[in-house]
Order: sequence, then C-alpha cells, then structure tokens
Amino acid sequence: MSDHIVSSFNEDLKDLASRIVEMGGLAETLVSDAVQALLRKDSGLAERTIEADRRLDEMQTQLEERCILVIARRQPVARDLREIFAALRISNDLERVGDMAKNISKRAQAIEGNFNSKQLALGVEHMAELAMEQLKAVLDAYTTGDLEAVEQVHARDKQIDALYTSLFRQLLTYMMEDPRNITMCAHLLFCAKNIERIGDHATNIAENIYYMVSGDHLPIDRPKKDETDVDLP
Amino acid sequence: MAMEMTAGTVQTQNMTGALPLAEDGVPIKMQAQKVNVHYGEKQALYGVDLDVRKNNVTALIGPSGCGKSTFLRCLNRMNDTIDICRVGGNILLDNEDIYDQRIDVVELRARVGMVFQKPNPFPKSIFENVAYGPRIHGLAQSKAELDEIVATSLQKAGLFEEVKDRLDEPGTGLSGGQQQRLCIARAIAVSPEVILMDEPCSALDPIATAKVEELIDELRENYTIVIVTHSMQQAARVSQRTAFFHLGYLVEEGKTNDIFTNPKDQRTQDYITGRFG
Repeated sequence: MSDHIVSSFNEDLKDLASRIVEMGGLAETLVSDAVQALLRKDSGLAERTIEADRRLDEMQTQLEERCILVIARRQPVARDLREIFAALRISNDLERVGDMAKNISKRAQAIEGNFNSKQLALGVEHMAELAMEQLKAVLDAYTTGDLEAVEQVHARDKQIDALYTSLFRQLLTYMMEDPRNITMCAHLLFCAKNIERIGDHATNIAENIYYMVSGDHLPIDRPKKDETDVDLP
Repeated sequence: MAMEMTAGTVQTQNMTGALPLAEDGVPIKMQAQKVNVHYGEKQALYGVDLDVRKNNVTALIGPSGCGKSTFLRCLNRMNDTIDICRVGGNILLDNEDIYDQRIDVVELRARVGMVFQKPNPFPKSIFENVAYGPRIHGLAQSKAELDEIVATSLQKAGLFEEVKDRLDEPGTGLSGGQQQRLCIARAIAVSPEVILMDEPCSALDPIATAKVEELIDELRENYTIVIVTHSMQQAARVSQRTAFFHLGYLVEEGKTNDIFTNPKDQRTQDYITGRFG
C-alpha cells in the first residue's frame, strides 16, 4: 500500500507494527523458555521467565497507549483503523501468552525433581512444539499479510486440541495408577491446558490478522471446545 | 401552464408511494442515470449512476475537482446558470426527469433546495430571509400563516430560540454558524423534498459545525439530503450512504459504515486514509 501524505502517520503505524513484532518475539521466547524450564527441571530459567513476563506486560501497556494516541490524533479509517485495532487485540493475546508461559514456569518450579515420566514429558513437549510453531507462523503472517498462512494456522489448532485431549487421558490414568502422582499430574495438566490456550491465542491472532488485511471475518467453523470440556446444563 | 405544473406536482406526490426501491428496500428519491457533464470541451463527469435514497443523508466525497460539486449542482439544475455547461443522461426526481422541457426550474429548486458553503443570507432581516421563498412561491395566504412558516422553519433549523426576539434585525449580523442555520431555515421554508448542501460547514467553527450536523440528522426524518463535504469525518458522522468521486467518475457508492471500515476500491481506500488527494 502506498504511503500517507502525512509521513508521521506512516511512522506511527510502522511503530505499532514493530512493537507487535517485538512483543511477538518476546512471547515466543517466554513460551520456549517456560517449556524448557519444565522439561529440564531448570528452576533458574523458570525464575528468569517469570521476571521477563513483566517486560511483556509493560510493552503491552505502552502499545495500548500508542494506539489510543494515534486514534485521537489521526482519526484513522478503513485499513489504518483495522491495523490499529488488530495491534491492540494482538498485543492483548500476546500478553496473555506471556501469562501462560509465566504460569508454566511457576508450575515448573513447583514440581521440580518430581517429574519422571518420559512419556508425559514427550507429550507436553510435542504439544508445546506445535503451539510454538503456530505462534511463529501467525507472527510471520502478521508481517507478510499472507492470508493463506493465516487460514492454515486457524485450521491447525485442532491438532493441539487433540493432543491436549489425549494428554488429559494419559494424566488421568497416571493419577489413578498411583495417587502419589496426583500433585505432579495436576500441575502437568495445567501446563498442558496453558499450552492449549497458547494455541487458542495464536488462533485469535490469526482471526485478527485476517480481519486487518481483508476487512472480513474469518469464517468460523472450528469447533471451539475440546473433548474434556464439560457440558453444563 | 401554471395549472399544468400544479397538476404535474400533484401527480408526482401521488407517485411517491410507488418510488423504486433500492436493493436494501429503501425508496429511491432521486436517480442519476449515466450523467455526463461538459464544461465547454472539458468533460467533468463520466456516466455517473447514483441512487439517492429517501430520508437518507448521502455524502459525496472526493478530492477537489473530482466532480462532486458539479454532480450536486446537476440535481437541481444549478448548472443551467453556467452557459458552457452541458448535462447529458437522466436525473429523475420521483421518477420524473428534471431535465424534461416541461419542468419549471423555479418549481424544481423549491422541491430541491440548496445550502452553500459560505452562508449567504440576503441583506435583509432575519424574518425576510426566511419569508422570501414562501412569499414568492405563494405558500402563505395571510400574514399569520407566513409568520407561522417563518417560526416553524427557524425552529426546524434549530435557530428560533436564539433569534426569536430580534427577527427584524439583519440576517448578516448573525454569527457564521447562525447564518448557515438561517440559510437552512430559508431552504426549509419552501417545504423542499430534497436539500442539497455544498460543504455547509467548511466556514464554521467546530461548535457551529456540530450544531449543523445535529440539525442534518434531525432533518433527515422529513427530507432527503445530499451533502458534499471535504471532511471525511463529517461524511462518516452524518451520512448513511457515501459516494466517492475521482476524476469525474463515481468510483464507489455504499453504506457509509462499509466505506469507512472496508472500502472495496483501492482508490477509495487511498483517499479516505489520506494517501492521495
């Protein structure tokens, strides 16, 4: 798209986009570090991850202020307006991804030395890999505006949901086998849920990018709930 | 001749029940069909098709020289006053071609009123400014009736409370915003069906602008309004439909909400976001 006549408006929008990219990079690192801390029982890394999440929160607050300022000063419309709202919403999702990573780190600290099932570790690791791939793909799509990539991310979330469901069953089995596993398994279950939520945030981001680029909403046919959800009357 | 005109008007009013409907079910008050306008050798408008929906505010936007004011002036044949101007195509008001030989232009301009960019009250009293139109069109049978029309028009224009105690003072002594509302009252006084506004707020401060915009929104209930504006925000605020003109072509027309969030044409997008002009 060509540039604004008012060049400082261009710079405002570029600034927002680069802030999102920066937040995205940090969120990816936090997730990766949190999962490593969990799998390698690295309490120090967990601590650093928890600390780093504060930076992500700050970045989100700053970006929000910038967005409000740009709206107030420029009265943006059409694609410009959509870009600003996408930035606002995506930054929210990324901030939540950071929270998930922080939570995983806290649990990594809580179950340190207690985590001895190779199979469960593999399950969590695999889920985390998928979630991180999703996050990376969707952040790349934010830069490129590639709608096909966005739709793929959106469609792939099912895989994470499926893995979560299967891990949930495994964890239940472990808990039933030996009640001494329950504490560890409960923590792992929350970690898995957090990773599954990271996938959901990647999907949200995909939806926002789709709207930002096309002005239309991504058709939603993806079943939202996983099989462990309870149907309430 | 006069009898014929009256008969024609009555017939038109009877036909308003049978106005053509737009795809969203709103009756179409005015229809431009393949409108071409030339100023001498220079073509200013190219095949413009546009439906003006009844009781809607239609905003015409576009860069200077794009033809939006030319188009607006076609709607009540104001272009007739320019010798070298030629208008082709059809413009229908209630299904009736306003460029038809039998149309009385004075009558037409009473039905399709106009408010200009710069407030242009007559150098007469506030009362006379509003009373002039109804008087020459013979709309009032008595002084009391004329007083009534003047008061109602000023009320509808949101000006009555501010000027009711000084109706005999000159209209030119009012503030810019009040003068513009006086001009709107003057336009309303002859009971028009359509009001054309050519950048009605560009000479007004933000408060006066807000009052006129509020007024436009109220007037929509009883009138069909077409407004030319250079303020994108104004178009977004006051109109239901927006038409974007560029280089004499109507590029895109649609719901204002769509035009300002998701325009279909790249040129519209570039213009409203400030990428060319």
